[in-house]
Amino acid sequence: MEPLLQVENLTVTYETRQGPVHAVDDVSFTLYRGEILGLVGESGCGKSTLGMALLRMVRPPGHITSGKMLFLGRDLLRLPEEEMRKLRGRHISMVFQDPMTSLNPLQRIGDHIVETIRTHEPQVSKQEAWDRAAQLIQRLGISPDRLKDYPHQLSGGMRQRIMIGIGLALNADLIIADEPTTSLDVIVEAQFLDLLRELRDEFNLTMVLITHNIGVVAELADRVAVMYAGRMAEIGAVRDVFHETLHPYTKGLLASVPSIRLEDGLELETLSGAPPSLLDPPPGCRFHPRCPQAKPVCREAVPAWQEVKPGHGTACWLYDEEEA
Amino acid sequence: MRSLGRYLLVRTLLTIPMIFVLVTLVFLILRVMPGDPVKSSIRPGAPQEYIDEIRHTLGLDKPLYVQYGEYLWDLLHFDLGTTLSPVRGQSVSEQIWEHFPATLELALAGILVTAVVGVGAGAYAAHHRRSVADYSLRLYAIIVYAIPVFWLGLMFQLIFGVWLRWFPIAGRISSLAVAPEHVTGLYTLDSLLTGNWVAFKDSVMHLILPAMTLGLYLSGVFVRLTRSNMLQILKMDFITAARARGIPERTVVYGHALKNALIPIITMMGLQFALLLAGAVLTESTFSWPGLGRFLVERITYRDFPSIQGAVVVFAVLVASVSLLVDVLYAWIDPRIRY
Repeated sequence: MEPLLQVENLTVTYETRQGPVHAVDDVSFTLYRGEILGLVGESGCGKSTLGMALLRMVRPPGHITSGKMLFLGRDLLRLPEEEMRKLRGRHISMVFQDPMTSLNPLQRIGDHIVETIRTHEPQVSKQEAWDRAAQLIQRLGISPDRLKDYPHQLSGGMRQRIMIGIGLALNADLIIADEPTTSLDVIVEAQFLDLLRELRDEFNLTMVLITHNIGVVAELADRVAVMYAGRMAEIGAVRDVFHETLHPYTKGLLASVPSIRLEDGLELETLSGAPPSLLDPPPGCRFHPRCPQAKPVCREAVPAWQEVKPGHGTACWLYDEEEA
Repeated sequence: MRSLGRYLLVRTLLTIPMIFVLVTLVFLILRVMPGDPVKSSIRPGAPQEYIDEIRHTLGLDKPLYVQYGEYLWDLLHFDLGTTLSPVRGQSVSEQIWEHFPATLELALAGILVTAVVGVGAGAYAAHHRRSVADYSLRLYAIIVYAIPVFWLGLMFQLIFGVWLRWFPIAGRISSLAVAPEHVTGLYTLDSLLTGNWVAFKDSVMHLILPAMTLGLYLSGVFVRLTRSNMLQILKMDFITAARARGIPERTVVYGHALKNALIPIITMMGLQFALLLAGAVLTESTFSWPGLGRFLVERITYRDFPSIQGAVVVFAVLVASVSLLVDVLYAWIDPRIRY
């Protein structure tokens, strides 16, 4: 498989009054062309910040402190801002959590798409761009007449499809979707996920799907990356991570998913405690205060990344050969 | 559009009681105020019988309620009466109509300066938040807001008129130049329409200082308002989304964000229009600008009741029309607003 994006030792820091907070701390992973990578974790674990960092759009007072992001052979962190801008929307596209607020209320739907196309391909005429937009949204199951509508005239599901459409308009190599279904109701969510699955096959989409919904990952993703308190806990193929779970945090996360098939008398397991404050994170492995399998070493040293089997790795002392 | 028509009709009808109250107040205040239109129009020391005779012919000796009733009756027929002083018997409507274009020209030019300077500087300050430019513009906004408009006018006259000699300091056009042919009454526009370049240049030069005075004076509010609105809009998701689409920062700020920040700015423009007219009264006096404001001030000194009442009614109708226009503009800018 061809790697599309290689993130190495990425750290994003927010400068706060109480001191620096590393919302993303020394994170590395590789994204392959044509795959959907589910990025999961609790609220505040840094997954959304990581998503914004991939576009180099972390909001101040946050900034990328160190690392590398190799995309199409270039390190995104070394590009001048103007070059980076040209990548946004054309090569890397973003779908935001709330489709209600992510479209300009004073701009027609069609003009959103036309503007994006013509920003990156100035030689395309307005009419041509409009026609492309019409074709596109028809594929997304929306009547081309709706291009003339304003965002408030569309439903949430339609708007989210438009957001995806903007990404597809220029055949972006990578789509980052940050909780794209969180604000949709379950039926619309199911339809939207179906659409994403179709589009993945049709357009050979590469996507980072940021979510706290394990179910969405199970349905849609090829691989899954689990983040905890700013660090990567486990990465692997969905099947491996779900069935041969390595990290105790991932185990806890999976056990806490309610199932309709839950048998009588079987109680839903929950992870005790809360994620740590990133202002003053616990030493060693950040999960150790909540970890049922914590050892003395977990309190003292940060676990190194272990490739337990090809393509399936974790940062946990339980799998450190020398330690074990 | 039918509902918009209905809305406009209701709004128009609602201005009638407003104008009625205003007219009544002005009518009473003028009668309570010391001073007399007859005495101020004739030579001092004229015999009392003569004064009484004039008062009688003008109907000023009738009981107040009769005068008030007659005035309202005339007003209902769009008759603003005739002047009492300094010259008797001129049509007030004609006088107002004669002075109105000068005020309109100054007001439009002033609003233009305010819009460009105020909104432009506010947007720029928001774009470059916490920069030296931002702090300077905020300071500028407070200063111009606090400065009395006539003093600002005097300073402009002194600096740009007297010392630098860049601009004339009084009137609409040089006394030696010929006023352009009457088309709209706006000298700059008329001279442009008739191709009279000499008059055009001359009237523009005359317009610059008063328009800057009025425009800069009002711009302070708009710098602050635009800046704070822009800061709010720039935090919104659709702005982040536009940046994530690779839209250039300038387009994001001055296209997407500014347009969204415009609604409250336009509201403020409408509200400030009354202030603009008040500022126009003072600015016109400072620059000897022969408009409605200066006309009003002059007639107040002569106690020319019909002219004063007439001018106030016209100002009131103007303010009401502008606020109506603002409401229509909302619907035009924001597709979510429908009446």
